Amino acid sequence: MSSRSSPPCGSSRRDFLLHAGECAAGAVMISLVTIRASRATPDMMQAAIHEILGTSEPQSGRVKLDLPPLVENGNAVPLTVSVDSPMTAQDHVTAIHLFNEKNPQPYVASFRLNPRTGKAVVATRIKLADSQQVTAIAQMSDGSFWSDSAQVIVTIAACVEDVQP
Amino acid sequence: MTRPLIKVPQTAKRGEIIEIKTLISHPMETGYRTGLNGLTLPRDIIQRFVCIYNGTEIFSAAFSPAIAANPFLSFFTVAAESGTILFQWRGDNGFSVTETADITVL
Repeated sequence: MSSRSSPPCGSSRRDFLLHAGECAAGAVMISLVTIRASRATPDMMQAAIHEILGTSEPQSGRVKLDLPPLVENGNAVPLTVSVDSPMTAQDHVTAIHLFNEKNPQPYVASFRLNPRTGKAVVATRIKLADSQQVTAIAQMSDGSFWSDSAQVIVTIAACVEDVQP
Repeated sequence: MTRPLIKVPQTAKRGEIIEIKTLISHPMETGYRTGLNGLTLPRDIIQRFVCIYNGTEIFSAAFSPAIAANPFLSFFTVAAESGTILFQWRGDNGFSVTETADITVL
């Protein structure tokens, strides 16, 4: 009797173990998916760029994006964008847009400029969640777009890290 | 509310291009971080910044959570005439700070 009763018990244990294994695998899958979903991708950055540019393609040149190539702390990365423009009423920069590849959102910031700005140079500090490419796009008064990109290596990430006790 | 730090030259020559620097105290909570209780911390950021020189907008910015805490900005303007430069930050949870700086153009 005991030998009869043991197989169902063993099988249920096996079932349980199998099921537990599946559950664990599933949980790992889900956590992978959620981690992936909380990050932007290079494709998302391109989509965000095209939302602003429409069908036009940015040309390279005229814009200079200054970022340190190696950053220790991604919580405050200094950044300077300078655009080669006379900033006259006829020819000036109307906007500068900043994008990134791997933060939770592809947008970083947009700046609006006009001839009264005088000089198309803007500096700020940003957060970077990972080593990635940052892109600056300048929109000119004649409707053209110019861009520059910089690759940054980040050793301590920002944005998504949890609060430490 | 702490006052923002603003650096504007007190005097400038007419037509001179001057640099303006601003720094404001703000956590810029991204809305993607988990707090000590395991819950996601709600987003709290500055969304808009605008700089108005004697009634004319000279520079504005739209921020995302990717701007570092205590947002710093540096930009330029043409010293056109003596007057007041107004700075305004607006953001989540009704955050609104306005500050002015005077400039004398010789």
